[in-house]
Formats: sequence, structure tokens, C-alpha cells
Amino acid sequence: MHALYDLAVGPLAWLAFAVFILGSIYRLMSMRALALKKDAAFVAYISWPHAIRSLLHWVTPFGALGWRENPGVTIVTFLFHICLFVAPLFLMGHIVLFDTFHGWSWPALPDGVADTLSIVVVAACAYFLWRRLSVPEVRFVTRSHDWLVLALVGATFLTGVLAYHRIGDNLFMTTLHVLCGEAMLVAIPFTRLSHMLFGFFSRGYIASEFGSVRFAKDW
Amino acid sequence: MVAALEGPAFTMAVNGEAWETTFDKAWYPRFSPDGRLTVLVQADGDWTLAVDDVAWEEQYGYVWNTMFSASGDIIAACIQQDGEYGFSIDGTPWETLFENANQPVFSKAGNAAAAVVQVKSLAQADIATFQEGIFSVAVNGEAWDSIFVNCWNPVFDPAGKNVAATIRRSLYDYSVAVNGKAWTGSYACAWAPAFNPATGAVAAPVRKAGAWGMAIDDAMAWEPRFGQLWQQAFSPDGSKLAAIACTRFGEFTVAVDGTPWGVSFPVVTDLTPSPAGARFAALASEHNTNFAVLCDGKVWDGRYDMAYAPVWSADGAHLALAVEKAGRQTIVVNGKAYPQSFDKCYAPAFSPDGKLVLIRALAGGKCHRIVAPVTAFTG
Amino acid sequence: MKTIADRLIEDEGLRRGVGRLTPEKIQKVFKELVAGECGARMKTYMETCVRCGMCAKACHYYMSHKDPSYTPVAKVSQTMWRLFDADGKVDPEVIYQCAQVAYTECNLCRRCIHYCPLGIDTGYIISVVRRLCHKLGVTPQYIQDTAHSHSATMNQMWVKDDEWPDTLQWQEEESREEFPGLRIPLDVEGADFMYSVIAPEPKFRTQLIYQAAAIFHAAGVSWTMPSTPGWDNSNMAMFSGDSEIMARVERAHYETAQRLRVKRIVMGECGHAFRAVYDVANRWLGWKYHPVPVVHSVEFFWELIQQGRIKLTHKYADPVTIHDPCNIIRGRGLMDKLREVVHFLCENVVEMSPNREHNYCCCAGGGVINCGPPFKNVRIVGNSIKAEQLKATGVHTLVAPCHNCHGGLEDIISKFGLNMHTKFLGDLIYELMEKPE
Ligand code: HEM
Ligand code: HEM
Ligand code: SF4
Ligand code: SF4
Repeated sequence: MHALYDLAVGPLAWLAFAVFILGSIYRLMSMRALALKKDAAFVAYISWPHAIRSLLHWVTPFGALGWRENPGVTIVTFLFHICLFVAPLFLMGHIVLFDTFHGWSWPALPDGVADTLSIVVVAACAYFLWRRLSVPEVRFVTRSHDWLVLALVGATFLTGVLAYHRIGDNLFMTTLHVLCGEAMLVAIPFTRLSHMLFGFFSRGYIASEFGSVRFAKDW
Repeated sequence: MVAALEGPAFTMAVNGEAWETTFDKAWYPRFSPDGRLTVLVQADGDWTLAVDDVAWEEQYGYVWNTMFSASGDIIAACIQQDGEYGFSIDGTPWETLFENANQPVFSKAGNAAAAVVQVKSLAQADIATFQEGIFSVAVNGEAWDSIFVNCWNPVFDPAGKNVAATIRRSLYDYSVAVNGKAWTGSYACAWAPAFNPATGAVAAPVRKAGAWGMAIDDAMAWEPRFGQLWQQAFSPDGSKLAAIACTRFGEFTVAVDGTPWGVSFPVVTDLTPSPAGARFAALASEHNTNFAVLCDGKVWDGRYDMAYAPVWSADGAHLALAVEKAGRQTIVVNGKAYPQSFDKCYAPAFSPDGKLVLIRALAGGKCHRIVAPVTAFTG
Repeated sequence: MKTIADRLIEDEGLRRGVGRLTPEKIQKVFKELVAGECGARMKTYMETCVRCGMCAKACHYYMSHKDPSYTPVAKVSQTMWRLFDADGKVDPEVIYQCAQVAYTECNLCRRCIHYCPLGIDTGYIISVVRRLCHKLGVTPQYIQDTAHSHSATMNQMWVKDDEWPDTLQWQEEESREEFPGLRIPLDVEGADFMYSVIAPEPKFRTQLIYQAAAIFHAAGVSWTMPSTPGWDNSNMAMFSGDSEIMARVERAHYETAQRLRVKRIVMGECGHAFRAVYDVANRWLGWKYHPVPVVHSVEFFWELIQQGRIKLTHKYADPVTIHDPCNIIRGRGLMDKLREVVHFLCENVVEMSPNREHNYCCCAGGGVINCGPPFKNVRIVGNSIKAEQLKATGVHTLVAPCHNCHGGLEDIISKFGLNMHTKFLGDLIYELMEKPE
């Protein structure tokens, strides 16, 4: 188990970050090339001022019609995504690891806060799970891919929380957590989690069309 | 001028003198190249064409689209009689009329008229029969043997002997037919064909693999690499072929023998070959303003609010056109404007030796006819 | 859960089309389409949709039926995802279902763009499904017939070359009884604008041409209409998926305006036509911006009012409400100008809610009404949300500056017994304006 743990926090971690970063860059660049090649009649209208104006509305809770009409999802998804980034980035446990391996370090959140944020993510995942099961319009379009993605995110945060709280075998839980986290990182560029990479661009594109061609807001 | 007399009667007035005949309705006044005044007229519910105060004897349910041979001696018009369609040439209708006829053309020599014709009946919303083909091209009243789903843009060669048209054999299979015989090549789309006046070869822009190229006589001559390609024109000696081409989305130019000129504009129109010398001119614009004149790949300095079709001198040495700036029009020759401006300028014309330019214009309610040497254009 | 398979409607065009297909042929055409015409937009949309279902409430079909198979994402799920999942190798019956969803259960109204956090353009995806169906020859009979008409006559309603000028002359003659000096100027080179209309106007609604001519006459503007094909600005080929014919029609329209050397094209009160001319076909033709500027009637009337060229004898007294047509509001941002025009004309304007860019579609647009009688009932029942919205205003006059909207709204009004009548801006202006002697 120790060997596995060492493997996971050592070479596999390298690999996971490399795949995540290089994979993301590759996906973005190849999508850009594809857009220039095949969507010239649409790329031509991209207008950053309009894109940014729209994105500002969309990153504001209830700043767009879709958010206002879906208040439950809006609250949960904003909490989810904020905590999703903040908790692991400012987690003492993670920073310590970066410090140990690379000598990088930055201020951490108090453990209790990070723990709460992590629990929020787990709870949000539970909410998404519930929606997928019982909200008809979500269930209708749910496919296995969605379960997988949700499971990856949920498992990473759940195992992190369990490890932190020393529930279950700690070494096992931590190893499992690290492996889940790595799987999730690797999944980002290549699954639907790539919405993290492309979401701003797809919104920015349609915002440009609305702003610079159609003179209408898209929020 | 169409002049309204008292009551609901119309006649024509030329230089203030009225015709003797009056009509219930009159429209589409046009001068023939040989200077005769024609107008489409209705009397007692029937339509015909009146030429210099004399109406054709034959009358029709409707008449429209007056066309002239190059010299103006022969006049053709589209007619509808009892729900059937065709041509009347100097007052004589086609022997066979069709359920529908459109996209009429009249040869320069005046010896032939053609149109896309519907040769089979079509019931309402009968999409199956349509897709089996109901259209053909009729020349002088006689339809091709071949039938297609669609035919478009029939064109004559200069002698009026051969006709080519764009066709669609199925909803997806575009090609070109010459005298009723279709090319074997199948394309995703195609625009109007054009004859090489010297060799009789037929060129048409065609779309293949998402890009446009030029096919000549059923073989790809310019590889498909353009975003658009249309309005191709041969030089009269047949040595060069030019077309308006889109090199990148939103950028147009003229390509000569497949090679685009080095300048591009949002819009290019009015590609015009010179009668001699194998030169090409075209108009460029952005959003219908800021018109520029392109001549053999060079851009003239002037920018105009509107520009009209360019006219070459017979030797191809000079190019003239009417332009408008701030509501005033004038004639520009070789990039230089005539010193005087007018309310409205008609198309300029060159003397046969190309040394003089005829300016016809309106200003202050008066007609002006000015003959100016090309050296008088200095602005 | 119910799906599209549970509500198939017989249509001659669709049935005949699928009868000629095999899974292999479908796959071949699908793969060609994806390789040839789909790029980063399709790829991103296919990949990033997080299936959150937030777009459900955007769509009037879902809001009316409350059936999860009508949400925007469900339409994509039942069409494009299904095709991608199978790499295009699907049973012909699946294409029948795709066609019914794409042609008759989505108006391409783009309301869902206001709901999807990722900005996924469901209307675009659905129009690609239509493109596939067109390429497979599986299109509803009636819309296909209009596409045929466009291809053969360059107009939507099989109007022949003589019928058009004849109709204009007839309208001119009629109107000269009311306005002795009125002309409908044909082919006037250098006029300020070319006025173009949709083919149903000369065919069924000549009154609208009459009114437009009367308004232009009263306003003293310089205008013209072409006597040749190129006068029709409508474009059902755009909606049937026949991009090639769409472009041919639009090229004829623009080139007619270029030939007439007009400054601008002013279009009658139609939404889909505006979309074709302003937003879609110009792109296929390679023009980033329009070779001749395109102005919708709403904007043109607004200009005339700004310039004081239209004077009223009185204002319309009964309260009115405003329907915002998708294609000129979400498609061109004319919501403020539309309101200014209506307020200029009417004493009392009651807004419906939601409105402006957030307005519900009439459920006729996007070619849906043009799919004809077989699908009529679905389209009307599929818009009970609109009926509720109209009813809540409590007014009896509905201003809608779009032909398709008129068709759709009138159907809803009669079905739900709303006791309303629809009006074009042209109807109101003609009724209220000071008429020259
Ligand atoms: C290279 C991969 C990773 C390694 C080596 C790693 C390592 C760790 C360690 C050692 C802990 C501390 C457990 C403890 O305090 O006992 C932890 C906790 C945690 N990790 Fe990770 N982690 C990785 C990836 C991730 C990722 C990608 C995420 C999420 C995006 C994540 C989210 C968390 C969370 C939420 C906690 C628990 C916080 C709490 O409840 O206080 N980890 N991780
Ligand atoms: C900055 C980038 C990101 C943006 C703008 C973004 C945006 C969104 C949006 C708008 C939704 C839909 C609303 C919802 O159902 O909650 C969503 C859902 C989701 N996001 Fe993100 N996201 C980002 C990054 C991430 C990352 C990094 C992850 C995980 C690694 C992630 C995981 C998820 C999951 C799992 C869902 C779906 C929840 C469900 O199943 O319904 N997101 N995201
Ligand atoms: S475009 Fe309109 S009709 Fe189509 S799915 Fe979106 S909201 Fe519904
Ligand atoms: S709102 Fe957007 S991401 Fe969510 S299900 Fe609809 S299309 Fe997909």
C-alpha cells in the first residue's frame, strides 16, 4: 500500500498534471485550428468586448435569465464550482505536498474552512445526483457519461474528506483519494468536464454573435 | 417618359412630343440600341409592345422584359397567353408556349431566344414529380429533349447557336448542360456558365469538397480553393478567363486564370472584360459605400458613394464609368473625373477610336450631352 | 418516459424519404456532413453540454407540454447525440423521428441561448439535423414544396414572372383611386431603397403592398421594387436545409438590389426573411457584411417617424400589446425601436411578460408553420404558454411585425378563444396616418 501511495503521489501525480495541462492546451489549440478551418464564417464575428460583457453577466449568480429561472441549480452550482476550485487549491494538505516535492508554497485556508468547503462540494454532488435521478427533464437526457463524471468529482472530494477526518483506513483512503483526484484531472480535457476549457469560448462566441451582429443581449 | 393624360390613359412623350396612341397602361419604357423607344402597353385588357408609337399587332395576356439584339434591330419580350409562357420576337410569338418560362435570354445576334421552361405539369405540393424533373430549356420555342429537376441561367454563345445552363439532376447533383447534353461531372453546387467566345468552351464555377473552383468543358480547370466564385467572363479573344472570387470569408477579389489579384474588398461586382486587349475591370465596395474601381489588379484612387457599370473603349485602352459622391454624379475615365458634376449621369460611351467620351447627364432639370476628349478628365 | 417515437405524425414527404434509406446510406451521408460542414461549434456543443436541464424552461414546447422530451437538450439528445452515438448508422425510422423533431418541434427561436450557461446554440444543432435530413431527402412535404418553388421561381409561392409585376400594377391602380399621384416605382435605378416582400404578399395579402405603397407615398420617400425575380426575400430553403438554394435565392435578392444601385434594401414585416437575408445566407455567399445594407420595416418606420415623415390623424385608442418576433429581436435587437413605433401609434400599450429578448416564440417560425396541415395542431397546442401570456395582458389588439408570427398567433388566438386580433405596424400606420390628397 505504501508503494502504491508513493507511486500515486510521485510519478502518477506528475503524469496526471502533465496530461491535464498538456491535454488542455492541446484540446484548446486543436479546437481553435478547427474553428479557423471550418467555422470561418462564424469566427469572423467574434468580438471580445461583447463576449466579456456577456460573461460578466453569466459569472454573476442570477445575472442571466437562465440563472434566474433555475434558482436552485444556480445557488448550488455557484457554490459547487467556487468550492471546487478554492478548497483543493488552498488546502493545507495539498500545499504541504507541493512544498515537499517542489518547494512551492502559498497561504492556506484554515483546515476547518477548507473542510467545510469540501463538504459543500460533496453535498452539491449529492444534489446533482438527486436531480439526475428525480427531475424528469434532467433524467431524460442523462447518460452513463454523466454518472462517470459526477462519480469522479464526488469520489475525489468524498475520499478527501474521509481521509481528512481519518474515517476508514487512512492510508487506503488517502491513496484512493489521490488516485481519484488524478483520474479527475486526466478526465478534464477529454470528457464533458472539458466544459471548463470550452465553456467560456462557447459562451463568448454566441455573445459575440448576439452583441455584434444581432444587437441583442444573450443573458 | 411615360406621361399620364387626362383620365386613366397613358402615352409616351419624347422630348416633349406626345405619341398619338394612348393606352390604358404603359410601363417599362426602354430605348433600343438603335434608338427606338419601346414601351409595354395595355389596351382593352390585352398587352403588347409599342415601338415608336406603333403597337405590335399581336396582343397577349401579359408582356414583360423587353430585350434587344446587340444592334437593336430585333426586339423580343416575354409573353403570357392563356396561362402559357414564352417569347414574342418582333411581335411573333413562339409556336409552342409552356406552362411556365423564366430566366429569359436573347442572343446578341437576335437570332435566338431561350428560357427555362416547365415541360410537365405539377400538382400542388407534388414533391415527387418535381424531383423526377419537370424543367428544361427551350430555344426558339423548342425544348431540349432532356429534363432536369432545375435549370438556371441559360446563356448563349455570341453567335446564338449554342446554349448552356446550370442544371440540378437531383436535389444534390448540380452540373451544366450544353445544348441539352449534361456534363458527367457532379457538383455540390454550380453557378451560371459562360461560353469562351473564341473556342466555344463552356466554363462554370462549381463547388466541390466545400470550396469553389472553375470547371471548363466538364473538367476541373481551377482547383476548388475559393470561398465563392461567380460572374466569370472570358476576354473576347478567349485568351483569359476572369471571375469574382472570395479568397477568405468576407474578402473578395478578381481571379484571372485562377490567380487572384493581390487586392481584396468586402464586395466585388460588375466584372467587365475589355473588347480588346484581354483586360478586366470590376467595382469594389464595402457595405454598398466607398466604391472603388479595380482595373487589371490595380485600384484607382477615387472612392465614391456609388459607382455604375464600367465601360471600356473598343481598343481596351480606356475605362469610363459614372460615379456619385455627396449626391452629385460625374464620369470618371481612367481614374480621373470630369471637372463638372451633374444630378444624374447615364452610362458613358466611347467614340470608336476611343479618343472621345460621350457624357449624357441631367442637371438643373436639363439634359446635357457633352463630347469630351479623354484628356479632358483631369479631376 | 415518452419520446418522439410515441408521437409520430404521418407525412408524405417524410414517409417517402425514409422509404429510400438504409442504415449504410444514412451513415455515409452523416459522415460526409460532419466531415464537410461541422466544425468546432458542433464539436464543442456536442462535448460540453453538461445535461443540467437548465434550458428546459426556455422552450415554449416544454412549457406548454411539461413533457421532458420537448426540452431543448432533449431535442438534441433525440437527434444529434443519437446520430453521433451510432456514428450515423441508424435505422431509417430514427431519421423520421429526427426530422419530425427538427422540422416541427423547434422554431430555431434561440430563446434557449438565454438559459444555457455554456451558450449552446440548440437552434444551430437542430438546423444541422435539418441539413442532414435534407441531404437524406427526408423533409416534410409542404416545406419541401416551398423549397422547390424557391428553386424554380426564386420565390416561395410559385408566383410566375408576369404575376408579380401584374399584381404591383393592379395594386398601384387600386391605390390611385385613394391617392391619385401614387406610383409603385418599378426598376428605378438609383432609388434610395428597394422594397422587398415575401411571396405570400402578392399571392394572398396584396393589401400589405397597397399599404406599404400608401405609407411610402405619404412619407415622400424615394423607393423602387424590382419587376424581376429577386423581389422575394423569404427563404424556406434555409429552413428545409437546402443551403444551396437558400444562397441562390439570396444572391438573386442582393444582386437585384445591386443592379438597381439602391442605397439599401428595406424589407417588409417578416422575421424569417430578415434572418435569411441579414444573418444566414450572406455567410454562405462569403459576405461578412451585407453587400447592400438591410433594414427591417420596424426600423424603417421608426426612421420615418423620427424624421417626422409620418403624421397621424389620431392615435389608436384601444389598448394593444406587443409581440417581439424572435428573428428581429433576438436576431436584430429591434425591441426598443418597435416600442417607440408602437407608442407613437397607440395610446395605451400593455406589455406582455416576459418580453423583449426574452419573449416566447409564436411557434410558427423556423419553418414550422410551413410544414403544413399535418403538424398544425401540435404547433398550436405546443404553445399554450403563449396563449396564457397573451391572455394575461387582457387586451384585444396584438401588434406583431412578422408574417410567421401572425400566422402562429392567429392560430393560437382562435384555438384558445382569446378574442384578440393581430396587426402589422403597416396596418396601424395606414389606418392612422394623415393621407395626402
Ligand atoms: C495529485 C493529486 C492529489 C494529491 C496527491 C492529493 C493529496 C491530498 C492529501 C494528502 C489530502 C489530505 C488528507 C489529509 O488531510 O489527511 C487531500 C485532501 C483533499 N483533497 Fe486532494 N490530492 C490530490 C488531488 C486532488 C484533487 C484534484 C482535488 C479536487 C479538485 C482534491 C481535493 C481534496 C479535498 C477536497 C481534500 C479534503 C479536504 C478536507 O476535507 O479538508 N485533491 N488531498
Ligand atoms: C471554470 C470553469 C468551469 C465553468 C465555467 C463551469 C461551469 C459549469 C456549468 C455552467 C455547469 C452547469 C450547471 C450545473 O448543472 O451545475 C457545470 C456543471 C458541472 N461542472 Fe462545471 N464548470 C467549470 C469547471 C468545472 C470543473 C473543473 C469541474 C470538475 C472537475 C466541473 C464539474 C462540473 C460538474 C460535475 C457539473 C455537472 C453537475 C451535474 O451533473 O449536473 N466544472 N459547470
Ligand atoms: S430554439 Fe426555441 S424552439 Fe428550439 S429548442 Fe430552443 S427554445 Fe425551443
Ligand atoms: S442548459 Fe446547456 S448545458 Fe444544460 S442541458 Fe441545456 S444545452 Fe446542455
